[in-house]
Amino acid sequence: MAKVYEAGVKDYRETYWQPDYVPLDSDLLACFKITPQPGVDREEASAAVAAESSTGTWTTVWTDLLTDMDYYRGRCYRIEDVPGDDTCFYAFIAYPIDLFEEGSVVNVLTSLVGNVFGFKAIRALRLEDIRFSLAYIKTCNGPPHGIQVERDKMNKYGRPMLGCTIKPKLGLSAKNYGRAVYECLRGGLDFTKDDENVNSQPFMRWRDRFLFVQDAIETAQAETGERKGHYLNVTAPSPEEMYERAEFAKEIGTPIIMHDFFTGGFCANTGLARWCHKNGVLLHIHRAMHAVVDRNPHHGIHFRVLCKTLRLSGGDHLHSGTVVGKLEGDRAATLGWVDLMRESFIPEDRSRGIFFDQDWGSMPGVMPVASGGIHVWHMPALVAIFGDDSVLQFGGGTLGHPWGNAAGAAANRVALEACVDARNRGIDVEREGKAVLTQAAAHSPELKIAMETWKEIKFEFDTVDKLDNVNR
Amino acid sequence: MAEMQDYKSSPKFETFSYLPEMTADQTRAHIAYVIQQGWNPAIEHVEPGRAFNYYWYMWKLPMFGEQSVDHVLSELEACHREYPGHHVRLIGYDNYSQSQGMSFVVHRGRM
Repeated sequence: MAKVYEAGVKDYRETYWQPDYVPLDSDLLACFKITPQPGVDREEASAAVAAESSTGTWTTVWTDLLTDMDYYRGRCYRIEDVPGDDTCFYAFIAYPIDLFEEGSVVNVLTSLVGNVFGFKAIRALRLEDIRFSLAYIKTCNGPPHGIQVERDKMNKYGRPMLGCTIKPKLGLSAKNYGRAVYECLRGGLDFTKDDENVNSQPFMRWRDRFLFVQDAIETAQAETGERKGHYLNVTAPSPEEMYERAEFAKEIGTPIIMHDFFTGGFCANTGLARWCHKNGVLLHIHRAMHAVVDRNPHHGIHFRVLCKTLRLSGGDHLHSGTVVGKLEGDRAATLGWVDLMRESFIPEDRSRGIFFDQDWGSMPGVMPVASGGIHVWHMPALVAIFGDDSVLQFGGGTLGHPWGNAAGAAANRVALEACVDARNRGIDVEREGKAVLTQAAAHSPELKIAMETWKEIKFEFDTVDKLDNVNR
Repeated sequence: MAEMQDYKSSPKFETFSYLPEMTADQTRAHIAYVIQQGWNPAIEHVEPGRAFNYYWYMWKLPMFGEQSVDHVLSELEACHREYPGHHVRLIGYDNYSQSQGMSFVVHRGRM
């Protein structure tokens, strides 16, 4: 029977709280951690979040009756306690697939993390996880190439790849910068990287950098007989300039470019990923600004959600944290989002912070990049934690070698190969790390000096954003 | 701390080429690893001057389903005897990822 229009304010729960709802396979599911204002009960707060992130507004409007609101509304279908924290709770919300434009993570985020995050009835709100349906995933392009194609193009098998971010971050001339790149690559690294804030500043304009870096890549390739690359950062003030830089990078034959997806934005990133697919250029993704939204355990967006949206938007590499270096990251949680980047099916597993089964179908995987404050002594743990499908990305751990970048790179490479060799031969590399490295250093003076230089450095601050199930 | 040394570049050939040449025991262990992962062992070889190319000569066909470390080792030796000047590499084809789980040069040709 048709409904009658009644103006006025209704409780959200009447429309948007539906505990008997069974989610459809095609639904987009979200898990929010809600900290309500005092006096707002759980059902009402959850229903409000469902409403404000889908069809609702604060009052009834007559135009609601012109459509099938029962079909279009988001619904909260489950509420759960957060282990060890009574100030907040989890709300699970299902959204029908028709609420989102095909292939647009921009549109998904505008709904799910839009106005609702400033909503008065809640004190804090965090998007913990999203389950993207396979039907929706099939509308997205995803990574331009993926792990397997990258391995084939770069000819790297049976081990993690090695990278290094060129330092100082800012201030080098293009020619001196190319020198630093060349030294790293000839010493044994697979990749070097523009630091994220290297775009096209007065001291080094992008075109000059691209040309000198490409020369460094080609010279190092000829000398070593191995395939090399440098993530040329095409992040730019506007999409037009971004594409101009990407086109030039392709023209000079460089294998991989780079974009900062969060500061650049998902619209630019999705477009660039499609361009990379079309033009056969690999795409490395940096994640500046992520910690602004993902570090607070009660408010913002969890990094695992950013990983999923980036995989849909497109990128062949994404920084994942290292667990062992100078940046934040809890081991189980990190492994959880690393799997979300590179596996094709990831089951729900709360001990790793994964709230939903996630099926990616045939979408290619993203290579996790472990970067930040790492050096040769971390190598055994990195190989054990990340396995082969990863890029271990050094900075000071290569460039700070007392004999320079080439020796530093050789030390990294010897350490890596020694750990992989030991692992394959059945040795527990994490436990026997010191012995493995010491043995390898007997054949490598570069590694020996590296081990002496960095022996004492450790990063053992406690993690700020721990998994909820181990939190308190 | 030791005195600074000059770093000398030299031709390399990807995974494990920064370690000393494998001993026979080490090679056996890696063959066993390939088999244990469920990968298919294969052998390729090339003149060192052409090593940068993606495609090297295949030695016979990949050894699909091979479970014997000894047999793989004997094929590596046979390839090396026939082409003593060539690089000879062992590959582990992973048919699920449609890629190579492993690839490294067992016998290094004269450069």
